[in-house]
Parts: sequence; structure tokens; C-alpha cells
Amino acid sequence: MTLAEGVQLVSFGLLAIMVIGTALGVVLLPNIVYSAFLLGGVFISIAGLYVLLNAGFVAAAQILIYVGAVNILILFGIMLVNKNQPFSPVRRGWIRLLATGGVCLGLFALLATVVFGTSWQISSAVPAGDQATVLIGIHLFTDFLLPFELASILLLMAMIGAIVLARREFIPDETPADAVSDALTLPERPRELVSATGETTED
Amino acid sequence: MGQGIDLQRSFVELLTQLGLPSGAARAIWLPLPMTLILIAATVSIFVTVWLERKISAAAQQRIGPEYAGPLGTLQAAADGIKLLFKEDIVPSKADPILFTLGPALVVIPVFLSYLIVPFGQNMVITDIGVGIFLWIALSSITPIGLLMSGYSSNNKYSLLGGLRAAAQSISYEIPLALSVLAIVMMSNSLSTIDIVEQQAQYGILGWNVWRQPVGFLIFWVAALAECERLPFDLPEAEEELVAGYQTEYTGMKFGLFYVGSYVNLVLSALIFSVLYLGGWEFPVSVSWLASLLNVSETTPWLQVITAAIGIMMTVIKAYLLVFLAVLLRWTVPRVRIDQLLDLGWKFLLPVSLVNLLLTAALKITFPVAFGG
Repeated sequence: MTLAEGVQLVSFGLLAIMVIGTALGVVLLPNIVYSAFLLGGVFISIAGLYVLLNAGFVAAAQILIYVGAVNILILFGIMLVNKNQPFSPVRRGWIRLLATGGVCLGLFALLATVVFGTSWQISSAVPAGDQATVLIGIHLFTDFLLPFELASILLLMAMIGAIVLARREFIPDETPADAVSDALTLPERPRELVSATGETTED
Repeated sequence: MGQGIDLQRSFVELLTQLGLPSGAARAIWLPLPMTLILIAATVSIFVTVWLERKISAAAQQRIGPEYAGPLGTLQAAADGIKLLFKEDIVPSKADPILFTLGPALVVIPVFLSYLIVPFGQNMVITDIGVGIFLWIALSSITPIGLLMSGYSSNNKYSLLGGLRAAAQSISYEIPLALSVLAIVMMSNSLSTIDIVEQQAQYGILGWNVWRQPVGFLIFWVAALAECERLPFDLPEAEEELVAGYQTEYTGMKFGLFYVGSYVNLVLSALIFSVLYLGGWEFPVSVSWLASLLNVSETTPWLQVITAAIGIMMTVIKAYLLVFLAVLLRWTVPRVRIDQLLDLGWKFLLPVSLVNLLLTAALKITFPVAFGG
């Protein structure tokens, strides 16, 4: 085994452990903020797997889009909402957990049998390597032009939706009588100082 | 273009002549450039901090640091030692894991980005195909670290500062990436080496500044915003937010933010000089000078001189830009948060889109001048 092969094997093992560990953390941890940060870890480890597959452009795009945009928007959502609502404990909640675990295990078994049962056609072509960027561009503008354009229409729709939501203007029907008194105060519901982290970190 | 000096090949050849297998020789070579760049990046912090002190002093008609070392050059070292020995305090209701991870996540991508900064023809850690795209992707990880440290401090100023930092950084990433894209379109490659090669033909006249005057300005504004330098240092605006996400940090964790911001500034200046100012190129083409003096490009002493000039030019250009950034910091007032977002989304984004379309049109019309 040469040095390069050894490095590849060790990094594959480490990345696989990281993907599985962080993904389990996303699902199992009760604190939603930890889950969101670990989701970034999942995305980064998957980008590492792409690098091992000689797909540097896809790896960089994965980090830019999923870590740099999607994950940050999720974090923004969590931190701006700040909904501090205690859940009432559900009676016999363990049944739900058990059922979820059973369904997940079944799904995993199904996928595993499919993966091992299919006879995969493994391409013997040389990986494109650094030429991949050019090849992706060519494919996007020739045989994958329709999906590419449809994706841009989808994004346009999402953008118009966001603009409509953001430009909603509230015009109150009647001016409140005590408008002057609270002119200099910000509307804020009373809360204790430690509301940001909540009760999950105190234990 | 000549072959230039190739240290890796010479080093591996030297070791194989001494009787080592070539694989082992390569393995010994691997950590050397990385350590060198790490040390260079760390030293650059000291230089930048000293420059910041001296230039701010000059801007305010003071003398600045004077007693620590000659001309106060050791002042930054004194700062570093002070930060190392300070007590490392974690606020009692903070989240200790995220509080510790946050600064590390801010610093690591910045140092990783040094992978792609070229100092000469073969003087780069790796010439990977995605090149400049890797820098854009890595710099998008930093806001996660900022959000993490802002959130875990359990302080409303920290949280606001972290959210502001992330918002600022994701909104200025788009004009930044679009202006880089115009350069990439002209050089037909994402690799930093190719981007410099494409500017190399006519000395100073071939540099991208002349072909991308708008992109040049957009990139500089966006890079200042990404580095959180004044006039865009809203995340740590001290009159409003104490010190933003850094408020609760002390000791070396605060030191990491400090290190990260200065290394990021130097990195942005280096990338800027690679993209727009011809990287390691001398204002007059060195190969043209060599042919004028009738010296072959493969002469060893000429190669050494070319490599030395390359490193010096890259560093000089980068520090000229750092000087500009420091001068801007001490002469320009801070913008408001709404002005900042307005500038990013309503001005820089459309202008950079137009710049990109214009570059594409010019590339089709004049393929000679715009790299067809």
C-alpha cells in the first residue's frame, strides 16, 4: 500500500465515522441548536467524501451552498424565532420512540438489501478530476438545459414569495389612543435574561 | 512563460540521490511548505498589527508604540504574551462546548484558505483545479463560527453581534463571488496560477485592474465587509454592541478572533493582488527583461532572482492593500446596519451582475483583450 492509498483509507474511515456520528447527533439530541450545528458537520463531512471521489468542484459547491447558505438560514430561523414553549410530557411517550426506531430500522434494512442486491454498473472511465468544472458546465447548457432552467424558475418563484411576505404592509384601521406614550419603547415581551439558551443547557 | 524554480522536484531529487525512496522523500517534503506558510501567516499578523498601530498614530498625529523593541515592533508580541497568560473565563450560564468551538471555527477556514495563495510559478501549496472557488466556499464557513460564539455567550449583545456578522457576511459574499466570476470568465480557469499567468503578458498593462475597474472596486468593498473592517465593522460596533460576539471572550479565545481577523485581512489582500494586480508579476515582465539582456530563462541565478522578486512583489502588493485598509479604518466613519444592507443588496449586487454580463459581452466581442 502506498502513502496515498493509506491516506485515502484513513480519511475515508474518519469521514464515514464523522458523517454517521454527526447525523445521529442531529436526530437524537434534544437541543435543536446543537442539531443545527451538527447538520453543518454532516454537510462538511459529505464534502470530504466528495473530495475523496475526485469531485473537488462538487465538494466546494456543497460547502458553499449547504454549509454557507442552507445551514446558516436554519440557524437564523432558530435564533430569530426564540419560541420558549415548554412541552407537556406525553404519557407513554416511549411507544412513539420505539415505533420511530422500528420504522427507521426497517427502512435501513430495506435500503441495505436493495444496495447489496443490485448489480451496480461500475464505470471504468478515468475520473475527470480538474476538468470536472468544464464538463459540468457543458452538461448544464446542453442535455440538462431544461432542468437547469426549471430550477431557475423555481428560485424565481421562491424569491417573489419572499418579497411578497417581506413587503406586507400593516395599515391599522384606527390609530390607538395611547400612541404617544409608548413611542420610544420597543415592543418586547417580558422575559428572563437567560432566555436565549433556555433550560436545555442548565442540566 | 519559463519553467521557474521548482523546489519540490529539486528537494525530492536531492533526497533520492542520498538513497531515500522517492515516496519517503515526498512524504518528508509534504509538511515543509505547510509549516512555512503557517509561520508566514503568523508573522504577517505581527506586521499588520504594528502597521495598524503606527498608521493610526500617524493619522491622529501621535507617535504610536515606541518603547517595545525598535520602533515598537515588539508591541504585538507583548500583546500576544499577555493574551496567552490571561485567565480563560467561560461565563457561568454560557454553553461551554459551543463557546470553545466558536473561535476555532472562525480561524480554521482562514488558515486553510492559504492553500491556494501563490507566491510564484511553483510556489503554492497545491495548485488545485477549483482554486479560487475553494476560498469562497471556505469563507462561507466562518459565519457559522460567529453565530456559534454569539449564541453560546448567553449575552444579548453577543447574540446580536453574531447575527449581524453572519448577515453581513452572507450578503457581501454574493457581490464578491460575482466579481471573482468575471475574472474567472476572462482567464478560463479557477486556478490561481492560471489567473496570474493570464495577466502576465504585458507587464503592468496586462493586469486585470485595467480590464475590470468596476469589479476591482466591488471586490475591495466586499472584501472589507467580509473582514469586518471599518467602515463595515458593525458586528463589533462598540457604541451599540459593546464588542459584538467577542464581548464575553478573554485570553487566547479572544486572541483567536484577533488572529483570525488580521490573517483574514492579509489573506484578502493577497487574493486581491492575485486577482487584480498580477500576483507575483513585476510591473515590467521579467522574461522580457531577460531576453533584453540575452540571459536564458533556465539560468539558475536568474530563476532564483525571479522567485525572490515574485515573493517580494506579492507581499508588497498585499501590504499596499493592507495599508489602504488601515488608512480607511482611521479616516472613514462607520455605516449604519440598514445602510450596509442597502449597499450590499441594492447597489453592489445589481452592479456586479451588470459587470458580469458586460464582461461576457466583451469577451465575445473582443476575444483578444478579454481572454476568448
